[in-house]
Amino acid sequence: SLNCLDWSLLTPATKEMLALAEQLKGRFQGDPSFEYSLAEINAEAAARLVQSGKEPVIKEEARLIATIEQIDRAVGIVPRGAFVKTPLGSVHENRHFEGLSLVEAKKLSSYFHFTEPANLKNKTLLEKADLDPSTDFLDSLEHDIPRGSWSIQLEKGGTVVVLRSLLWLGLTFYHVPMTKQFGYVYFGTGEKNLDLPFML
Amino acid sequence: MDQSPGSDPSQEPQSAYPQNAYEGGHGPYQPHEPGYGLDQPGYSPYEDEIPDPQARMLAIKNAKAYLLKTSTKSGLNLYDHFANILTKILDEQPTNAVDIIENISKDVKWAQFRKKMDTLRDEHLIPPTFEAAEKYKALFVKEGGEDEHEELEEEMGKPSLPNVMETAFYFEQAGIGLSKDESYYIFLALKNLNNVQPIQTCRFWGKILGLEMNYIIAEVQLREGEEEEEEIGEEGEEIIAEGQKEIGQAEEEDEQKEKEPEPPKSTYKPPPDIPKEANGTGTNKYVYFVCNEPGKPWVKLPPVTPAQIVCARQIKKFFTGRLDAPVVSFPPFPGNEANYLRAQIARISAGTHVSPTGFYQFPEDEEEEEEEGADIYEENPEFEPPPVVEMVESLATWAHHVKEILKQGRCVWINLAQKSEENEEDEEEEEEEEEEQQEERGQPLLTLISEDEGMNNIPAWTAQASTNLIPEYSVAILQSNRWPGAYAFASGRKFENIYFGWGHKYNPESHTPALPPPAEAEFPSEPGITETVDPTVEEEMAFKAAQEEALAAAEEEEDEEGEDD
Repeated sequence: SLNCLDWSLLTPATKEMLALAEQLKGRFQGDPSFEYSLAEINAEAAARLVQSGKEPVIKEEARLIATIEQIDRAVGIVPRGAFVKTPLGSVHENRHFEGLSLVEAKKLSSYFHFTEPANLKNKTLLEKADLDPSTDFLDSLEHDIPRGSWSIQLEKGGTVVVLRSLLWLGLTFYHVPMTKQFGYVYFGTGEKNLDLPFML
Repeated sequence: MDQSPGSDPSQEPQSAYPQNAYEGGHGPYQPHEPGYGLDQPGYSPYEDEIPDPQARMLAIKNAKAYLLKTSTKSGLNLYDHFANILTKILDEQPTNAVDIIENISKDVKWAQFRKKMDTLRDEHLIPPTFEAAEKYKALFVKEGGEDEHEELEEEMGKPSLPNVMETAFYFEQAGIGLSKDESYYIFLALKNLNNVQPIQTCRFWGKILGLEMNYIIAEVQLREGEEEEEEIGEEGEEIIAEGQKEIGQAEEEDEQKEKEPEPPKSTYKPPPDIPKEANGTGTNKYVYFVCNEPGKPWVKLPPVTPAQIVCARQIKKFFTGRLDAPVVSFPPFPGNEANYLRAQIARISAGTHVSPTGFYQFPEDEEEEEEEGADIYEENPEFEPPPVVEMVESLATWAHHVKEILKQGRCVWINLAQKSEENEEDEEEEEEEEEEQQEERGQPLLTLISEDEGMNNIPAWTAQASTNLIPEYSVAILQSNRWPGAYAFASGRKFENIYFGWGHKYNPESHTPALPPPAEAEFPSEPGITETVDPTVEEEMAFKAAQEEALAAAEEEEDEEGEDD
């Protein structure tokens, strides 16, 4: 939506959209029907599109969809214990989640990425023994590369813990310890911060 | 009947020592055998007579004494134990007490060892919220008498404390800003700063986010006279440093005159330091104070040097939140995080501080053609604010009111008359400068922002009105695309600039760090220092033989000559 009044539904992202959108650089224009010319960016993809009968352009809408998907996948986080996995494999919200304690909230390891885990299996057996399979089935933030790509701060006298991602500048996650409240929002230009390794 | 006082010996199956010796009947019963004591006169179950009262009394006393005897192992005595058991039984009145009497006895014994109340208590944990609240409470305490407050208002027409809440309100229309709580805390913290430092004008500049802690920044102009002392101190240091350099150079020259072979001196002279601008002018026009959170003490940032600005343009680093943290980068940044912060603040101010055109004007008696003189501007009392719609549509209604920073790192160009400053890399700068005769000219003050170049088809500024629904009360908002996080608003005569962000410039291409300089060239090889192979023994012998021949030949010649004469 452009004005918080009229909303349009976005389609889910496809792999091609993701691949193409990664190559687009620069700010968003603000107009969902704006067309980026692909020929400059990726001649192959443009050629493929032309062959299949479409114009060699990619619309900003697709770029938006792809960006949202990327952000969710890369830095969408939830606190530990907020979601549980049943032995059958389905994941749902934990109604008994009472929030993290203050001590736990300050540690990066109590937050998980809310996507398919990538390196759960790489942990040592010792670590695996400590895990609880119903709550620890996602990747923790501790092992994010590069290290230190999250900034964790306590605000308002310690009542709110705020995590900011440095990879996608503008992604802010908040959680009020000992309560059920948590969530993340993104306010920003929609560009990945590729300079992160230089900036740390 | 002779009643026995106190204890009732009929409670006890076994009883005190036999008073009278065994007289007859069954054999002497051992204490563990049932029937013990029954063979004694006076205790046989068939005995109904009451024996002699004196003996009975004595018997009772002895019985009680025995019962009160304390066990050596556990410190209990039988008398108390039985009393406890009976108390417990009478209190609880269990069914079939006689069957469970042994268990009851055991329980009572266990109960003796129950811990009393722990004398240690948990330390009273002070929750961090409480500590934070204490800090904020200090802000709310009104300091100083009320008289001072009134005096200040009378002296200065313009209050030195900015109205942070009003500014926050306008920015909130645009969706920018901090929460009301935090704005109010900042307001109070600025008031404290006002009371502590001799401040002429003060403004909330913005907030820069950091990894561990954030920075809240206030832009301040100190009253004149307060800064001069610092300047003198710094100049003194510079003079001393220069004096040392001169001495060093003189020594080098002396040594070179000597003819001893020495390792070759380096002909490298570092480019001379560009002097920083004086406090109160150019990049150092304002003094900045920072604190991590409102309530913490304000720290003054040191003035910025051109070298720091030049270096800050080439690196891109996150702030950690600690002012003394080192900035590890290439090219190496001269200073720590406080200096880097100050340099970024200077760049952001120079790049994004705007005001409606015409709000400031040059005083009429000065000519603006000089590059160095156009530093002063004053408010235009006849300024007519253009309507908001116009402010949004055309960028020509906004102008910079901070001087731009040249490539050199200063606002006013200085001619060092030795080398041209060609060592800096080209960046996307807003100036259109032509280096004629090594002179750098930036845009003059109060240029319109429509002159700012964009990057890659992205305009330098984005303007919007805060609302389309109520145009009478809408506010014109300006967002900088070059420094994401810099905003400005204007509504009638009021305007303000602010920054909320990470403190970095926008770069559409990725940041490429400076490459290391090429490896230094080797010292030019001369025959004097080139390595040659040592002569082998044969060569030496041959050389020696040749020398001797030459000598012999020379001697023969001399002899011949001598003979000739």
